[in-house]
Amino acid sequence: MAFITVTDLSLGYDTQVVACDLNFSVSKGDYLCIVGENGSGKTTLMKTLLHLKEPISGKIETGDGLKENEIGYLPQQTIVQKDFPASVREIVLSGCQGRCGMRPFYNREEKELAKENMERMGITHLAGCCYRELSGGQQQRVLLARALCATRKILLLDEPVAGLDPVVTAQMYELIEGLNKDGITIIMISHDISSAAKYASHILHIGNRLFFGTKEEYLNSDIGRIFIERWKGGEING
Amino acid sequence: MDKLIVYMQYPFVRYALIVGILIALCSSLLGVTLVLKRFSFIGDGLSHVAFGAMAIAAVFQLTNKMMIILPVTILSAVLLLRTGQNAKIKGDAAIAMISVGALAFGYLIMNIFSTSSNLTGDVCSTLFGSTSILTLTSGEVWVCTILSIVVVLLFVLFYNRIFAVTFDEDFSRSAGTKADAYNLMIAIIIAVIIVLAMNLVGSLLISALVIFPALSSMRLFKSFKSVTICSAILSVVCAFAGIVISILAGTPVGSTIVAADVLVFAICHVLGKIRGV
Ligand SMILES: Nc1ncnc2c1ncn2[C@@H]1O[C@H](COP(=O)(O)OP(=O)(O)OP(=O)(O)O)[C@@H](O)[C@H]1O
Ligand SMILES: [Mg+2]
Repeated sequence: MAFITVTDLSLGYDTQVVACDLNFSVSKGDYLCIVGENGSGKTTLMKTLLHLKEPISGKIETGDGLKENEIGYLPQQTIVQKDFPASVREIVLSGCQGRCGMRPFYNREEKELAKENMERMGITHLAGCCYRELSGGQQQRVLLARALCATRKILLLDEPVAGLDPVVTAQMYELIEGLNKDGITIIMISHDISSAAKYASHILHIGNRLFFGTKEEYLNSDIGRIFIERWKGGEING
Repeated sequence: MDKLIVYMQYPFVRYALIVGILIALCSSLLGVTLVLKRFSFIGDGLSHVAFGAMAIAAVFQLTNKMMIILPVTILSAVLLLRTGQNAKIKGDAAIAMISVGALAFGYLIMNIFSTSSNLTGDVCSTLFGSTSILTLTSGEVWVCTILSIVVVLLFVLFYNRIFAVTFDEDFSRSAGTKADAYNLMIAIIIAVIIVLAMNLVGSLLISALVIFPALSSMRLFKSFKSVTICSAILSVVCAFAGIVISILAGTPVGSTIVAADVLVFAICHVLGKIRGV
């Protein structure tokens, strides 16, 4: 049984269907990249996987000992956060909220976990700093550390490298690869098809045409070749 | 100073201080969350709703007006906060709509079915707060004290959750936190505070109590905890100073407290600039 199995899933808002007939599964240790054009429904899919919104039809099953609240999530940034007075330590610690159950305060174990994950992401020296004053790359590390507090099993990352410069982007990818090697399953949305091809084990392409399979299958498929060509063209023109 | 000690012997002065400080404390605790969620004006909007509800209660000549005011206000608060981030009409516009609409309807109803001879006076004292904080009965003080204790307790107990839900609702939900339940709780608490405060100090004041301490402390501090604590302290100090000054100088209570809040905000703003925030 895989961690997450999706069958005949359709998603969208109200009556408007964004994507339909999705079938895929994610097993322990996988590194799944979700690619597709802007507006093809990648973020919507991720929110549906997290049960933040209802699917229009179809099923999402979790298995292999994965509980629904054991998923770490790194969202695309929201507006509220931009002027929010919160220290890095407070934000990372809030990743532990799923572990508390009915207990109102964080215990020592959870504070220790937050500290560990800050070390892992190399942001220990920023612990007392204000989130809104960090650089984009540092902010992403903070949110990643928070996501790591929520899970030891699977991370859902929505465009973790958006707006980062090439050097920081490469560091970010290496961090994520390291986490994957440590046994954490990764589902990542990315526009950067070349990095997807480099790091991912599986690719899910959504849009007018759908594709799900291993990276090798994708690179040899029509849809994969067309998308990569177009992406390269865009890269040169843009 | 002597004058103050003399005044302190009157129970109505003590009552005013207790109630003023408690309401300042409660509203400032939730103020940080409300400002960050872009609901700064919810105090204004809800107190106008409460005003509208009061007009209806007056028309039906209900003896216990709270029976209508409280549920209507809570309902509006829930609707406003629930629509939240994904709504077609955004928070500020929704509040403005409800606020102006309720005010207009309330005034209209009062005008058509008026039973009071001093209509303008009634309206004015609801909006700007009368001297009613100086005419509190001991029963009202008790109600206020108990509700304040409940609010503070709830806030302390759920502090971590309130922070998490305010900072990132989607993440909280994905981690299994019942974000809707917390939003509902915040909405109910704020509605209760506003109804309470409106009767005692008027609706102009309640908005100021929600907004100013939060904004002032956000100039100075950078973590949620320090901002919350600082805004509670500032709010209480301003309420205390405002009430004392208004008694000594004979100025209107509500306006004096707001003036103190504005002054503190200006000071914090300058301090923040100096520290380079
Ligand atoms: N809250 C919403 N209500 C209604 N429609 C929405 C909403 N959010 C997104 N959509 C629509 O759903 C579609 C998919 O949006 P989604 O955010 O999932 O795209 P995406 O693949 O993540 O794009 P991007 O690469 O730009 O992040 C878009 O056509 C968008 O217009
Ligand atoms: Mg997206």
